[in-house]
Amino acid sequence: MTTTPLLDVRGLSIALPPGADRPLAVDNLTFTLNPDEILCVVGESGSGKSMTAHAMMGLLPAPHVRVAGGSLLFKGKDVLTMPEAEQRALRGGRIAMVFQEPMTALNPLMRVGRQIGESLREHTDLPAPARRARVVELLAQVGLPNPAELAEAYPFRLSGGQRQRVMIAMALACQPDILIADEPTTALDVTTQKQILDLIRSIQAERHMGMMFITHDFGVVAEIAHRVAVMRHGKLVEYGPASDVLNRPQHPYTRQLIASVPHYIEHRDDHAKAGAPLLVADKVRKVFHVGGGLFKKSKEVIAGDDLSLTIHPGETVGLVGESGSGKSTLGRSIVGLIKPDSGRILFEGTDLLSLDRRGFRPYRRAVQMVFQDPYASLNPRHRVGDIVAQGPVAFGEDRAKALTRARELLAMVGLDGSAADRFPHEFSGGQRQRIGIARALAMEPKLLVADEPVSALDVSVQGQVLELLDDIRRRLNLAMLFITHDLRVAAQVCDTIAVMRRGKIVELGTAREVFTHPRDAYTRSLLDAIPGKAWQIPDDLQQVPAGAH
Amino acid sequence: MMMKSDFWRAFARNKGAVLGLVILIAIVVLAVFASVLFPGDPWDMATAPFQPPLSDDALLGSDMLGRDIASGIAHGARVSLLIGLTSTAAALAIGVTLGALAGFHGGKVDDAIMRFTELFQTIPNFVLAVVLVAIFTPSLTTIVAAIAIVSWPPLARLARAEFLSLRTREFVQAAITTGQSNTTIILRQILPNSLSPIIVSASLMVATAILLESSLSFLGLGDPNAMSWGYMIGAARTVIRQAWWMSVFPGLAIVLTVLALNLVGEGLNDALNPKLARSRG
Repeated sequence: MTTTPLLDVRGLSIALPPGADRPLAVDNLTFTLNPDEILCVVGESGSGKSMTAHAMMGLLPAPHVRVAGGSLLFKGKDVLTMPEAEQRALRGGRIAMVFQEPMTALNPLMRVGRQIGESLREHTDLPAPARRARVVELLAQVGLPNPAELAEAYPFRLSGGQRQRVMIAMALACQPDILIADEPTTALDVTTQKQILDLIRSIQAERHMGMMFITHDFGVVAEIAHRVAVMRHGKLVEYGPASDVLNRPQHPYTRQLIASVPHYIEHRDDHAKAGAPLLVADKVRKVFHVGGGLFKKSKEVIAGDDLSLTIHPGETVGLVGESGSGKSTLGRSIVGLIKPDSGRILFEGTDLLSLDRRGFRPYRRAVQMVFQDPYASLNPRHRVGDIVAQGPVAFGEDRAKALTRARELLAMVGLDGSAADRFPHEFSGGQRQRIGIARALAMEPKLLVADEPVSALDVSVQGQVLELLDDIRRRLNLAMLFITHDLRVAAQVCDTIAVMRRGKIVELGTAREVFTHPRDAYTRSLLDAIPGKAWQIPDDLQQVPAGAH
Repeated sequence: MMMKSDFWRAFARNKGAVLGLVILIAIVVLAVFASVLFPGDPWDMATAPFQPPLSDDALLGSDMLGRDIASGIAHGARVSLLIGLTSTAAALAIGVTLGALAGFHGGKVDDAIMRFTELFQTIPNFVLAVVLVAIFTPSLTTIVAAIAIVSWPPLARLARAEFLSLRTREFVQAAITTGQSNTTIILRQILPNSLSPIIVSASLMVATAILLESSLSFLGLGDPNAMSWGYMIGAARTVIRQAWWMSVFPGLAIVLTVLALNLVGEGLNDALNPKLARSRG
């Protein structure tokens, strides 16, 4: 079938303002998008993938960032040289876009129906009643229940997944030829992500749209792509049909990205539980009181109920669940940042919850935490060496000695010695996470609680940090509680997995059991929602499984 | 952590702030060298009364008792700046301490401190200051104390808001899990990160304090031994139609100082909170 491409990008270059880390955000980019296909543009943060989409939609932050060369042909006509009015008619009319963050992409003060109706009013001459009927029809098409009622609702009443559906309905309003989706599922839970991906795929097939889908996740690519373009530092490094790129990647960078996709390792050894458990959580319960005041009763939110699990020395326990499942609540209860309402947390036989501040202090050393956000977890005004040494100093260690030890630890997590004298802002996300790990290790803990330690990082960096954690826990025989929303990550590093849902542990078993014979229906739906589960990572790119030699 | 050179570049980008800084430095120099430039007591009779400006021995004229207006302004600058700075420092000490405790501890401590703060905020500032000074006989110390007592609540609220938001940040939680004491966390982890907005509002508060002091002096509640701008205006108000210069020049001094402080405060805001800086063409 020979069709003229819907979109033909030829030699597109986008210039960054002087003083940026590179002169061109997008460098001589050439690709095409045909009708009735999904083109996935894959790359890590800063690869220029979103810039390309923004250039098409006229969203570049002018005048600092501008198109420096090349052309963007829509059905043979260059969008960049069109008069302003024609460009506007194209955008939202013929080319529509769905954004990453459903929470901020909708105007909070405008009813959902009116927001969708706006683009109809702008681009069509439908009378008002017809527009309203069309809005309801659109909401029904994106699979929202009670569309007529929903059109009258304000965005804050919708969940993240529902908002993303509204965004898609809005983009579809004028029956565009091209739909650009910029990481539309990244901010969503995995089960919601699956639903949205299914929706996007079926809508695309039904309407024969051309779709440019921007993502960083090869699992998602495997799920929906017809063709794939891989970008790095603004350049196109690999471009071809999805089956070729996924199964026979050529470029080293693509191979590296695919190799770092976290995946379950079949032949990982089961952890041999030895001796008494290090930590026992017994029927822990925590209820948060939200809102309320002097004269108003507050609302109760049960964050954790009847939570029980054990961690043995040297064991890595994964706590997996979607947002709001209460997994962080349990982690924070164990490190003493939250006080549960009832239950016991026994550390080497001592109930931590019965201790007062002073009594708890010795256990602070033994249980350490690695935080999620590498940008928020380091004090921006302290030097890295001080950040690592602060803990031991607080426990009375000599400052000079603690600083020397800090340097050793920084070397251990793969940073060079000069790192100690610099400030956190001089480091990348992955490096900062290493600093966070060094800080926890400085206390010589027995148990490490890692709360989503890699979810804010790029895939390839994610792989390195996971490797570091795995290496360290084996070298120091650390026990670890690994909290994550990503089953694939848990599969890669955990011996035992606890699946949480709505404040309860619904399944607890060895990683092998949970992945091969899940007992709970929810675990099954989580496993089923893993993007790209049908795709097998090429054998030569499978990672050496941790723990197997 | 912002480097010093970045700070100055951001500050200097605001032309008004640089102008304000220049004026402020001039006023400080005037205050410091007041006794060199205008030796002798500013309360002493220096020339004939009611001399207009530019007369032989009084550049800015003299008042109804023959005191040199220029000398009064130079010595008054000392009092104004001294009171402005010390009362702001005192207000900072009270406000930031209470705000930090409220924001860090939250819950009941927060409730108690905030109700106490609101108690002060419901009483009109100036009236309270007048009452306090009137009760404790006017002197530099009581004026400073009165101004500090009426101006700490906004600082407390600001510090509390900063502490509330920083307390939940992960680096603070990391400090808790590594066993650092509350004092260490408040002083070393949170306070340095919350200083920017506090510095900005403190710089504006110096201006407010100077105005308050002038108003008190205008009403005759100033320190009877210290020459002050507000006193000069207050004393000259009865003869304003015959001798405009007696009130206009001290008035100008107040306007310039307050304006300069506001400009500097705005520049500090731009330099310390670059994300909030309004875009300039």
